[in-house]
Amino acid sequence: MSKKRSSEAYQKTFAFRFFRWISGEKDPYLGEVEMRPQEEYHVDEETLIRREMEHDAILDKVYDTKNNKGIRLFQSLYEITSILFCLFLIALLLITVSYLPAVGTVTRPVNNEVAQRYIEDGLEETGAINIVAGMILDYRAFDTLGESHVLFVATITVLILLRLNKGQEDKNDRIFEPKNDVILQLVATFLVPIIIIFGIYIILNGHLGPGGGFSGGAVIGAGLVLYLNAFGFAKTERFFTEKTYKWVCFFSLSFYCLAKSYSFYTGANHLHSVIPKGTPGAILSSGLILPLNIAVGLVVACTIYAFYAMFRKGGF
Amino acid sequence: MDFICNFPFFSILLSLFSGTICSVLPAKAAKVVNRVVITVIGLLSAALLVYLLSVGEPFVYWMGHFPAPWGNEIRAGVLEAGMALFFCVIMYLSMAGGAHKLYDEVDESKHNLYYILVNLLLSSLLALVYTNDMFTAYVFVEINTISACGLIMIRQVGRTIEAAVRYMIMSLLGSGLLLFGICIMYDLTGHLLMSNIKESVGLLVANGAYQIPLIVSVALMCVGLCIKSALFPFHAWLPDAYGYSTVSSAAILSSLVSKGYIFLLIKIIYRVIGFDIFNNTRIIDVLFVFGLMGMIFGSLSAIRENDIRRMIAFSSVAQIGYIYMGFGMGTQTGMVASVYHILSHAATKSLLFIAAIGLTEVSGGSRRFSDLTGAGYRNKWAGVAFTAGALSMVGIPLFSGFISKLLFAQAAVQVEGKMLASLIVLGISTVLNAIYFMKTVLRIYATTEENTYSGMTFKSMKIYAVTLLFFILLNVILGVNSQPIVDMIEKGLAMFA
Repeated sequence: MSKKRSSEAYQKTFAFRFFRWISGEKDPYLGEVEMRPQEEYHVDEETLIRREMEHDAILDKVYDTKNNKGIRLFQSLYEITSILFCLFLIALLLITVSYLPAVGTVTRPVNNEVAQRYIEDGLEETGAINIVAGMILDYRAFDTLGESHVLFVATITVLILLRLNKGQEDKNDRIFEPKNDVILQLVATFLVPIIIIFGIYIILNGHLGPGGGFSGGAVIGAGLVLYLNAFGFAKTERFFTEKTYKWVCFFSLSFYCLAKSYSFYTGANHLHSVIPKGTPGAILSSGLILPLNIAVGLVVACTIYAFYAMFRKGGF
Repeated sequence: MDFICNFPFFSILLSLFSGTICSVLPAKAAKVVNRVVITVIGLLSAALLVYLLSVGEPFVYWMGHFPAPWGNEIRAGVLEAGMALFFCVIMYLSMAGGAHKLYDEVDESKHNLYYILVNLLLSSLLALVYTNDMFTAYVFVEINTISACGLIMIRQVGRTIEAAVRYMIMSLLGSGLLLFGICIMYDLTGHLLMSNIKESVGLLVANGAYQIPLIVSVALMCVGLCIKSALFPFHAWLPDAYGYSTVSSAAILSSLVSKGYIFLLIKIIYRVIGFDIFNNTRIIDVLFVFGLMGMIFGSLSAIRENDIRRMIAFSSVAQIGYIYMGFGMGTQTGMVASVYHILSHAATKSLLFIAAIGLTEVSGGSRRFSDLTGAGYRNKWAGVAFTAGALSMVGIPLFSGFISKLLFAQAAVQVEGKMLASLIVLGISTVLNAIYFMKTVLRIYATTEENTYSGMTFKSMKIYAVTLLFFILLNVILGVNSQPIVDMIEKGLAMFA
């Protein structure tokens, strides 16, 4: 026989609160989760009608379709031609594909000495078990150097477009950011460390298995974005500001540039490179691939976070 | 291998690295770094050019420890080194001539971003010039496209944002088609290295295998690069992009970015497809017709324009038409004329853009012709420079434009079937050029009753005036000293084969 509690004692137990929550009598998060609502954008009827009329008037003036048959004809012709042109291009490309060498046959031109050497000698020459990492960061490192600068220049362009100029700070809309979303915060507390550790794992094992700087960096970036969403800019700015971004990007790209310059220089001049290859399979192996993966990963993670921050509030 | 063979690699890496460095520097230091880097790369390229002229052999340079086709590779010949030198000179002058305008039009906090973009643009141009690998070319085409968008957009007014969006859409379409072309080519040949592709393409043509995908691939690469360099029917993005961006950007875009893509196309024609195979396709006829149409319609649009910057921009469409007409002739002489015109147009168009900004500045910032009346008296240096540029564009002897027209005419008489069309259109286009450029020159030297705007003196614009002087000198050097340059171009094209 179970011991019977008084109703007061019962009300303090977990079971009581749990069953109340189940039956919907009380919302424990009421008043705890605070979403500051965005001010509703209100336009009165009159302005709406006026705007519509202005819009119509401008359209009438520019494309006087009612009185000008030429423009109407041009518009319809333009649409028809563009559709026909797209269909033509699609058909052309499809027909071309049908003439290409069949996929999977041995005699395809792409099965040549280039791929053969990558597969047969890749491990020995680059020290990377992951042949793809060996290809992009050792055989064809110059392309990858360009590719990481593509990311860099893309961030710079987004900075130009979205960063607020001086005197525009009032347009900053960070006051509308959600605060204290307990569910999100709880989930983020569990997930963010796992996501970031997983990203680091992908980067550090880039030369040993599938992965590498680009994919691992994207994972870390996603983790940072989740953290930002859960805890807001006030928390992330403690460890990640525009300055952090600047210097991390600077050091990774400079390291990439300088390290690869050394390797290009020694390679082209047939000098001996002092960078050891290590034993394939060990974590510290395959020469420059591991540090380069780390550099690329940092750049990618920062880029993704920077894009998000820029779109959210036009700065860090 | 001589130490000097490292110079192409130094140039590319130096400009890439300087872009990274500029991101942590304040604007003033970034400006100094930018100027120093352009100068150093110019000097390196000049030294390389002298070396290559004395050796007479192009060389390839391994980018890493592996020989191409496994690793990356760059290649330098006379034409590559000459182009790199020329690009550096034009870029330095454009940056110096537009520097004062940058302060007016761009927010102070974004200046160092501008220099990052310029440095990366330079590196991508150098890589496009020196590359010997199709995929490397594509990667740097991407950098080139994005930084060009940034250069347009950094002046944040409504029209430039719209122009940048247009430029981005058209330019990405071009990149996409180029990538399709490269992919199909890779599927057919199994190589990305230019010399290996050429070998395989020669075999494919000899065997008659895969003819349809081969032609489609060549056509896609051509169309992609034509869109990016604003050949006539694809020029819709051009007038706003050149007309409303800040003046250094306009000069760089018109004289370097589009020329970089054209140079890549020349490289593809010679080093990937093979000159003779390319000339046996019907693609050159299409390029020829579009070139001729561009020469006429570009000039007609320019005549109708009432905005001096947009007028100069439309004139670019006509000049790009000249270059593609040279491609379309399908002869070595036509190609030499085209390459010479790349130099001539780059030198003249940037001069015109920089000079036009001086004229509009003394006309209350207005670009309309009615306000420009007498501007040549108010800003004498800009007036003289604009006149020199206009004379060069029309094709008056002593200036570079004359030589390129002469070379085109000489090339045209050697081509059967295309002679009459080229000569007639060349004549019409010259007359049209004269109409709108002389109209402008007469306008800026007309006397007005009421002088509402104040003029500018030499003291208030020293750097600007000196820049213009160098631009005019460059034009005259190209025009007077043309024979050695033409010889150099011929030698460079011979090294391509």
